Amino acid sequence: MPSHDLVPLDLTADVVVVGGGPAGTWAALTAAESGADVLLLDKGYCGTSGPTASGGTGVWYTRPDPAEREKAMAGREALGGFLQDRRWMARVLDQTYENMNRLEAEARYPFPIVDGEPYKRGVQGPEYMRRMRSWIKRAGVRILDHSPATELLVDGSGTVAGVRGHRRQHGTDYRVRARAVVLATGGCAFLSKALGCDVSTGDGALFAAEAGAEMSGMEFSNAYGIAPAFTSVTKTAYYGFATFFHSDGTPLDGAGSQGGRSVIARELLRTGIVLCQIDQATPEQQEQMRLGQPNFFLPFNRLGIDPFTDRFPVTLLLEGTVRGTGGIRITGDDCATTVPGLYAAGDAATRELICGAFTGGGSHNSAWAMSSGTFAGRGAAAFATSLGASAVRRKLIGVGGAGIRPDEGGRAVGRDDALDVIRRQVHPYDKNYLRNGSRLRPALAHLDAVWEGFRGGAIAHGGELPGLRQAAAMVAHARWMYTSALARTESRGMARREEYPDLDPNQHHRIAVGGLDRIWTRPEAVTGREPAAA
Amino acid sequence: MIEIVSASRCVTCDVCIAVCPTNVFELGPGGIPVIARQGDCQTCFMCEAHCPADALFVAPFTHPAPADSPLRDEAHLAASGLLGSYRREIGWGRGRKPGARLAVGPELGRARITSAALP
Ligand SMILES: Cc1cc2nc3c(=O)[nH]c(=O)nc-3n(C[C@H](O)[C@H](O)[C@H](O)COP(=O)(O)OP(=O)(O)OC[C@H]3O[C@@H](n4cnc5c(N)ncnc54)[C@H](O)[C@@H]3O)c2cc1C
Ligand code: SF4
Ligand code: SF4
Repeated sequence: MPSHDLVPLDLTADVVVVGGGPAGTWAALTAAESGADVLLLDKGYCGTSGPTASGGTGVWYTRPDPAEREKAMAGREALGGFLQDRRWMARVLDQTYENMNRLEAEARYPFPIVDGEPYKRGVQGPEYMRRMRSWIKRAGVRILDHSPATELLVDGSGTVAGVRGHRRQHGTDYRVRARAVVLATGGCAFLSKALGCDVSTGDGALFAAEAGAEMSGMEFSNAYGIAPAFTSVTKTAYYGFATFFHSDGTPLDGAGSQGGRSVIARELLRTGIVLCQIDQATPEQQEQMRLGQPNFFLPFNRLGIDPFTDRFPVTLLLEGTVRGTGGIRITGDDCATTVPGLYAAGDAATRELICGAFTGGGSHNSAWAMSSGTFAGRGAAAFATSLGASAVRRKLIGVGGAGIRPDEGGRAVGRDDALDVIRRQVHPYDKNYLRNGSRLRPALAHLDAVWEGFRGGAIAHGGELPGLRQAAAMVAHARWMYTSALARTESRGMARREEYPDLDPNQHHRIAVGGLDRIWTRPEAVTGREPAAA
Repeated sequence: MIEIVSASRCVTCDVCIAVCPTNVFELGPGGIPVIARQGDCQTCFMCEAHCPADALFVAPFTHPAPADSPLRDEAHLAASGLLGSYRREIGWGRGRKPGARLAVGPELGRARITSAALP
């Protein structure tokens, strides 16, 4: 298939969207509908790539009924450590309502009918993303698949002006000159093989940071999903009907899919084995599960396990910021960042505005992806329009550092070294999940050392570059995560510290984090709430 | 991981090469795709869902299936109905009703924490 003709592709667009999951496709659609000429780039394939396509999602969908809305917003405020912004929650609920209705009316998504009405609290991944792809094509969006972006381009004033990348099935590099860029590259799951997540290596956050953007909420990044051992299927909702056991068959006290996952992690660390049986579902519920999420049953059907009557071993796979809440810091209602011309959406952006300190399962992520995508697409199109005609003559400067423009004189570290550090310092439950400063600090020191080596000498070109950049993005991600985790000397939402088990009212703030060679943190006041809610 | 490309079923449409998010396939002899980079497979089942000929099979493991595994035996997979089962379940393929139409799971209740007091 690759033709290896090395002619670089030189393209222009008003708006470039990087990433073709739900956030990217909604951004592309909205920008195109605002009149922009849109190009969408995906590392994989828009329509199958990313956790939504393979996993499917519950959706935070409520009718615009004040009581229903209030309940939806109040439901998880305590879980989220009171870091959410009420105004953002309301606008995301509004936008999600509109988008789900459009998905039915305009993309003809086949929602189930319950009590005579379409049931819109969830979508099947393959069906949803296949329809988003055809919809954006109808809207005039150009799509380049298998074309990982590798860096952002800026003009002389630091305004984002394009992207560069590689077309891996053609063996050529590409460059796009653009008036605005939306980063919708998903979160970072550190190549853990959690369902659909190996494309989620945090690339967008690295690109954004190199252009000068900030992150927020990176301490809330340690989501782990339950999967049958040795499989990828981290679909966790139905484990709410499960009982967990020691390897000898006695119940594992305190274990549960929500609120008891750390017990599972401890037992896995101690003995390596936790057994599970989905034994609390009635026959009717079992039937509903099979229809509701066929992919949940793929491992069971293929391995000959009846999850309702058999006990099977389970594991926890790192889902990082895919089901955590941290990401690129948003500075405006249009999902702008601190860098002019750069917008962020979906898992690539912080979800603290609607989730606060906790997400995990359950529908907020998908609502955020489609809503923030819509806001960002509209914002990017407006920014593109605001630039004068001379914008197409801007000088383009690549801002990619690690792996592209090494510093002088460092010790060269390669992709394998970086992946090894990720495996040893980020995947393990006793470092990233069951957090304690005494283990976080040495882990961070390892990550810092690898970063330094990376900056010092790692370099690649062509088809080798995307992989090296992904490794750099994961190391950068992990360093922001652990630095923020150390800055939060309390337990709030997902960010729990063994030595600080309680919530500290004096730390009712968000934590902005940034920098690459030297990482900094800064407390940020919580917006959109009554003062002193916590 | 992806284990099987059935040469007898494949209609050489190249869809799997296009849709695999991690670029696992390459075009092989006679237009039949080959599993060129199994180690990059993320076990997401998307190629299987999109293959119009039920020619692909993804074993649920995140590592290669052992050589003697029945999940690498095409005849067994065809006979047991596992080949093409994911497409059937999501209702993809001519004349099928989209599975999305029926996808209403059970109401998810409060978290259940395992208690040692359980029988
Ligand atoms: C198993 C599982 C189940 C889940 N269930 C739910 C649920 O029930 N409810 C819920 O709300 N959320 C759920 N989530 C979370 C949800 O899937 C994500 O929040 C959502 O997919 C985010 O969408 P996104 O568009 O931001 O990113 P993604 O879906 O991750 O898409 C990102 C896209 O960017 C592309 N990309 C990445 N890097 C580059 C690059 N360098 N260049 C070009 N393209 C790039 C990728 O290929 C991908 O297509 C679940 C997650 C998992 C893993
Ligand atoms: S999608 Fe199926 S039929 Fe098409 S080339 Fe791949 S294996 Fe063959
Ligand atoms: S299961 Fe997913 S990653 Fe593996 S070959 Fe198929 S599409 Fe590619």
